[in-house]
Formats: sequence, C-alpha cells, structure tokens
Amino acid sequence: MSIDSGERLPDLPTHVSPPGTRRRVARFLARHPRLRLGFSLGPPLTWLLVIYIGALVALLLTSLFRLVDDPTGLLTRIDTTLTFENYQRLLDTPAYRVVMQRTILAAFSVTVIDGLIALPFAFYMAKVASPWAKRGLVVAVTMPLWAGYLVKGYAWRAILDPGGGVLKGVFGSSPGFGSTAAIIVLCYPWFPYMVIPLYAGLERLPNSLLEASTDLGASAGRTFRSVVMPQLLPALAAGSIFTFSLTLGDFYMNQIVGGTNEYIGNVIYRNFSANLPFSAAYAMVPVLIMIVYLLAIRRTGALEEL
Amino acid sequence: MFLSRRARIALRCFAALVLGVLYFPLVYVARLSLNKAPSYAWPPSGFTLRWWDAVIRSEGPRSALLHSVQTALWATAIALVLGTLAAFALSRHKFFGRGSVGLVLVLPIALPGIVTGVALLSAFQRVGIALSVNTLIVAHATFCVVVVYNNVGARLRRMSGSLEEASADLGADGLQTFRYVTFPLMRTALLAGGLLAFALSFDEIVVTTFTVGGGYKTLPIWFAENFARPNAIPVVNVVATFVVLASIIPVYVAQRLIDRPIEGVGAAAA
Repeated sequence: MSIDSGERLPDLPTHVSPPGTRRRVARFLARHPRLRLGFSLGPPLTWLLVIYIGALVALLLTSLFRLVDDPTGLLTRIDTTLTFENYQRLLDTPAYRVVMQRTILAAFSVTVIDGLIALPFAFYMAKVASPWAKRGLVVAVTMPLWAGYLVKGYAWRAILDPGGGVLKGVFGSSPGFGSTAAIIVLCYPWFPYMVIPLYAGLERLPNSLLEASTDLGASAGRTFRSVVMPQLLPALAAGSIFTFSLTLGDFYMNQIVGGTNEYIGNVIYRNFSANLPFSAAYAMVPVLIMIVYLLAIRRTGALEEL
Repeated sequence: MFLSRRARIALRCFAALVLGVLYFPLVYVARLSLNKAPSYAWPPSGFTLRWWDAVIRSEGPRSALLHSVQTALWATAIALVLGTLAAFALSRHKFFGRGSVGLVLVLPIALPGIVTGVALLSAFQRVGIALSVNTLIVAHATFCVVVVYNNVGARLRRMSGSLEEASADLGADGLQTFRYVTFPLMRTALLAGGLLAFALSFDEIVVTTFTVGGGYKTLPIWFAENFARPNAIPVVNVVATFVVLASIIPVYVAQRLIDRPIEGVGAAAA
C-alpha cells in the first residue's frame, strides 16, 4: 500500500511505518483511550492542582495563622495554630469595611460604565460598520490590550494631574487624583475585555432577526431590549467577569491615580511582607466575592464565552 | 437594516469618540518621550531625541527588558506544552468531572491577580521555597496555560475528527497522524496562544510583585519603581513609548495569522 507523494504534499510518508516498538506503542495507545487521556490530562492537571489549587489552600491556611511576637519581643513570627483572629480584625475594624465597600463599588462602577460604552460601540462594530472598517476596528480595539498596563496608568496620570496635566491645560479643570480618577482610569485598560465578547456575541446574532423585529413593527429601542439583549446576556456576563475581577484585585492603578483612597489590593500589598496572614485573610475577600459572582452568572453560559 | 440614518451617524460619531479616548493616552506618551522639558506638563514643547539616547545608553531598562523576555519565553514554553495537552484531553475525551477541570483551568484568570500572587507567596513560604526567577516563571506559566488552552481547544473543537480517522485508515500510526495531520492544522492556534501568553507574561506586574525574588527586575517592575520619581519622568516616557511601539509587533503577527487561512488540507477543515 502506498500513497502517491505528489508535489502538493511532499512531506507525507510514502509507506506505513515498519513494525517496531514505536508502532506497537502507537497501536497500544490507540486501543486504550483512557491511557491517552491520562497522558494528556495528567501533566496540566497535576500542575494546576499542585501549584494553583495548592496555593489557594495555602492561602486559606495562612489566613488562619497569626503573627506573634518572638520571645525577644523584637521580631515577629508566624504562629501556625489556627485562629479566626485576622477575619475578626477585618470585620471589627471600620476602616477595612470602608475599603471593602469602596473596592466593590469601584468594581461595580467600572463594570457598568464599560458595559454602557462597550454596548453601542460593539453594536457599531458588528452591525453598522462596513466589512473593511470592521476588521480595522477589531485591530484598533485589541491593540491597546498589548500596550503595558502600568504605561496606561502613567499616561492617565499625565492627563489627570491637577498641577499641569492635559485636562487642566485644555479644559481648565480635572477631577484630580482620587476615587473618581481611579474609576475613570480603571475603565480604560479593561474596556477591550468588555468589547470583544460583546462583539463576538453580536456577530453571532443574525441580521434577519433584527429585520424581522422591525418588520413586525418594533422600534429600534424595542428591538434592542427584546431581541438583542436576551441573546447578548452571556457575552455581557463574560465581559463583566473580567472588568469586575480585574478591578477587584487592582492596586497599582489606584496607587498611580487614586490618591489616598485605598482598595483591598492596596491594603494587601502594604501588609504582605510584614504580616502575610493578615494579607492572606484580606485576599480571601475577593476570592469569596468572585466565587459568588461566578456561581451567580454560570447559568447564563458566560463561562463558555471566556 | 432597522436603524435610522440619524442613529447610524450618531453611532459612528460615538465610535470615533471612543477610539479617540482609547488612543489619546498612548499617542500622548509617545509625544512626551520627545518632549524638550523633563516633565509631562501640558502643552508639550519642542522636540528632542535626548531622552531616547539616554535610555539606550543606560543599563537598567535594558537588563529589565531582557529579564522580561526571558521570563515570558519560559512561561510561554511551559504554557504551550500544558495548555495543548489540556486542550486535547478536554476536547477529545469525555470523562467524569470534565466540567470541573474546565473550571480549574480558567480559575487563574477569573480570580484577580492579587489573589494568585498572595496565594502563591503563601504556598512558597509554607513549603520553604525562596523567591527567585524560578518562582516567577512558575507563577507566570500558571496563568498562561489558560490562554493556550483556550486557543488550541477552540481550534480542536472546530476541527473534525474525520481527518484523523482518514489518516489512521490510510495506515498512519498515532505519531504520524499528529505530525502530518493534526499539528499542521493547529499550528496557527498554537502561535496565537503562544503570542498571547508571551504578551500576558511580558506585561504582568501584580502576580510578579509577590512571586519574584533575588533582586530580579522585569520591565514592569522597573517601571513601577521609577514612574513616581520626578527625575525619571523623561526616561519613563521613553520606556513607556517603547512598550507601546513593541506591542505593534504581536498585533501585526496575530493579524497576519488570522488573515491568511491555512493552505492545503487545512483550508477544508478551518
């Protein structure tokens, strides 16, 4: 049995491989799909379970440890008896509760603002722009994703600086550095994460559906509410995972433009080298919030859109 | 279509405005890197290549760049192997707990970077591993696996298994089928996933902050240390512009990959 090795496919082997160890192994594997599964699933699953899930378990454990003074009284060490002390401190200290509320509010605001801007933008990309413009827009929207995260924060610092930034120079006023600035600036790097799933979702939505809605007498607004939105919900949820989660964990952007208003991330960052157990406990807050968030939106089918 | 002319014009203006806001900060930084005055005060005045010259001559940014590239290459290599294996396992087999494995795979990007960072730091401390460039690479590889898995997985799901069956019917063994049929079909997905993984690692700062040790400085770390120093403003502008300009390369390559469909056998399947 031979395959003609013509010009089109010069690389194809012209004969079946000779019987040998390699072929026996190949045949054995072909007959044992479970073994094949083991070989392909084993390494990545081991890596993720040992390193990532293991790390999350270590995080949980560490959050239950506490910092105690050394017998000398000069140094601190980590005491590994389990205690809820760190969590107690988080709940009892009003300042930490304020920081939590501020962070969640920021994550929520960024998600809503990005969603409101991205919806019409993605709609324009998918349904109004010419095919040529559409390709250009896809590139234009994804390119800023690659430009450094800190670079973007820094650029916005130069724009928002109340002592001579662009806004001050051109419009005569700037929100300055603070909570508002942090939310505005965080909307910027996460915007493409919201646009891309929405665009993909709208591309899948057939135009004929929109036309049918119009033919049946629906206004543009009604078509949008009753036809577009229900179909777009999984994409919107997928985009929101990114904007929400990324804001929830941010601390660099807030450090660059947020003034003195700390986020959860800033508190974790400020404490991690001196008091890791406390930082670990605070880091469990975004974990819990994200688990609730993921479970809540799993029904929309958003996880398949990531 | 169902939109009035006026609505279309309004949408177009809105899109143009959004693009303007999206690009102004990047263009502005590039302009600042050529600014005569060593500040970012508006309006920029004059042009000079002095700062570019200074950066090219200085050791700090250059070694930081090399470190970033080194870390990203290692993380990408590990992610390519693990991500591809995971994609094969999940798209070619049905097994108990497949959904949970899928969830574990996306968790490192669904949870905020700071959680990943503090969690890995806690783990390294528990086990007694000192932070170094190796712990950094392990951390980066962990969240890079996801993007390779997503890209390759999507391609495998689109690829029908009949091509592989045909190959087997013609007498090729598993390895030959992989080499001559499967691999050529998924090559662009591997490249796209690898590119994304590289970019993700290259720009990462949050997880990096918690998992690097031994005085190893990547470009984002260099940036974080310098952006707030008034004296460093012109140099920071140059490095920032460099990062923005360098980002055009992966975008260009990714575009080329998407634009040109795979030739030959692949064209039928893709």
